Amino acid sequence: MIRLEKRPTPSRLWTALTPLVAVLATVIAGGLMFAALGKDPVEAIRTIFYDPLFNEQFASYSRPQLLVKAGPLILIAIGLSLGFKAGIWNIGAEGQYIMGAICGGGVGLALYPSESPLIFPLMVLAGALGGWAWAMIPAILKTKFNTNEILVSLLLVYVAEQLLASVSLGLLRSPDGGGFPGSRNFQHWDAAANVELFPGTGMHWGVVAAFIAVIGAYVLLARHMLGYQIRLTGAAPRAARFSGVNPTRLIVTCLGLSGALAGLAGMFEVSGPAGQLSIDFGSNYGFTAIIVAFLGRLHPVGILLAGLLMALTYIGGELAQFMLGLPAAAIQAFQGMLLFFLLAVDVLTNFRIRLIKSEVA
Amino acid sequence: MGAISIELLLASLMVASTPILLAAIGELVVEKSGVLNLGVEGMMITGAICGFAVAVETGSPFLGFVGAALGGATLSVIFAVLTQYLLSNQVATGLALTLFGLGFSALIGQGYVGIKPPAIGSVNLGILSDIPFVGPVLFSHDVTVYVALALVAAVWAFLKFSRAGLILRAVGESHEAAHALGYKVVRIRFLAILFGGACAGLGGAYLSLVRVPQWTEGMTAGAGWIALALVVFGAWKPWRVLLGAYLFGGVTVLQLNLQAAGLKVPVELLSMSPYLITILVLVIMSADRRRAALNAPAALGRVFHAST
Repeated sequence: MIRLEKRPTPSRLWTALTPLVAVLATVIAGGLMFAALGKDPVEAIRTIFYDPLFNEQFASYSRPQLLVKAGPLILIAIGLSLGFKAGIWNIGAEGQYIMGAICGGGVGLALYPSESPLIFPLMVLAGALGGWAWAMIPAILKTKFNTNEILVSLLLVYVAEQLLASVSLGLLRSPDGGGFPGSRNFQHWDAAANVELFPGTGMHWGVVAAFIAVIGAYVLLARHMLGYQIRLTGAAPRAARFSGVNPTRLIVTCLGLSGALAGLAGMFEVSGPAGQLSIDFGSNYGFTAIIVAFLGRLHPVGILLAGLLMALTYIGGELAQFMLGLPAAAIQAFQGMLLFFLLAVDVLTNFRIRLIKSEVA
Repeated sequence: MGAISIELLLASLMVASTPILLAAIGELVVEKSGVLNLGVEGMMITGAICGFAVAVETGSPFLGFVGAALGGATLSVIFAVLTQYLLSNQVATGLALTLFGLGFSALIGQGYVGIKPPAIGSVNLGILSDIPFVGPVLFSHDVTVYVALALVAAVWAFLKFSRAGLILRAVGESHEAAHALGYKVVRIRFLAILFGGACAGLGGAYLSLVRVPQWTEGMTAGAGWIALALVVFGAWKPWRVLLGAYLFGGVTVLQLNLQAAGLKVPVELLSMSPYLITILVLVIMSADRRRAALNAPAALGRVFHAST
């Protein structure tokens, strides 16, 4: 009979090892899924994980895409991880991402066609504020009325999507767009464009912000009082209270930070890779970032690596769609599976597996 | 406003509330056993496509619903194994279920876009259906509507009057005490999760087979999350969940009718109203801390690990 025995402290070895085991298990299970879809599993896995980086034909296009896709994922996941560590569940990052794009883009468009160098910084600020404000709704409802932040933040995603539809069809629709939905294209307006900083790398300001967020979160968690409070609250909420952690302030800070980072991600996306506000701007980055945060073990460096890996599955998935006719949904299911396996093998971090002889109880 | 008929409005309210009612009554049982499954949305959409696919392939809506219940329950097995045997975090696992379900359903559903499912007839209740006003509102629906209502009554009676229901509630209030009394906490929760999965699957299938009726990716559009909110709204009581489902069904139907009537309100505002009202109701229900804490199962969301 198999029995689980709780470890006194989580195993450091398994904490580092579980993501690798989970990825391996997902690759095997994913291969089986691709085989079931009638594709050659080895070729499918190679197309997803190897070709985007090393295939001579595609790598020159795909490699820069890696940073383009990883940037928003890392930026959002870093914010989410702070809350998750403290047991504060913001799962509406997708909504905050959209609101960041609407506010950042809206402020920019209000000043069109100015060429002032202040436009882009203003948009960045507005984007962060937009995401922050959207996250403040669940934060305030949680602290004032004890309302479940999971449900509120999630339901607000649908509200944000409707707002996005509304502004791209109405308020922010491009007057020169010939009646098509969608705003002006920021890439055609130098003062507001989030340009590629080094040609051929995919590096834009959003990626820079993501790297800064990784470093910032690392310092915060390792050296700062707030980081200590977050870790303490996650490990022992009652003890944290007795030692003077103000739960209300912590909820407001964590939700606010994650909202602001998600808003920033949305703003950099709309002024950069996406180019314009449109009905289909939402790209599920906000949800995939949840997987990234867990896969990275809620650790800043882990999130950086997990973000790059998840970006690879996006690009590889697109390539497999194009080369092998693998359906787009398959890659979404594949990413979901990864989270399952991760949660499953996580048991090894906190528990020891013991084989015992069955005995009379 | 004159274009909206009260009779039709109330009749479609019954239909609109059925999917969330089914999912919510299942989740209520799950939460009563002390487990928080946030994967309702994922199980609903899996049920929606499984039911749709089975109904289209066999030509029988009844078999479709059976398939949907099986699909939802199968997905919930993953959640049950992870949370009950591998002791994973319930919030994270539930989210994983939703993310996976959305992708998985889109994958199965590729071949089914744009197909019409076999129609499900309304039950013939004879003279009852002919009563003016009451007939069309209450007695002219398909059988699933009545099954959902019967399910609410059954869950209520099960929890209130049966021994098994008492044990289920005991497990949800204090798993240590229930364990000490010799009840199989994990097994009971496993069964509750399966029931919740099957109900969510039925709810999803009702969307794709009756309410819409069509298959589109992501068609549940938050219905699973509204079902979760309904359980909180209903304070974990079956009849109040029914009341909540009618309230949200009413809001949905009303806003759709207002859109059709060409009211001078932006369409987007009307479309977001069900979500906004859900949030508003959640706030009102949870504002009274003492009452909210009294109603919620005490062991909700806590991991159970028998030390001996």
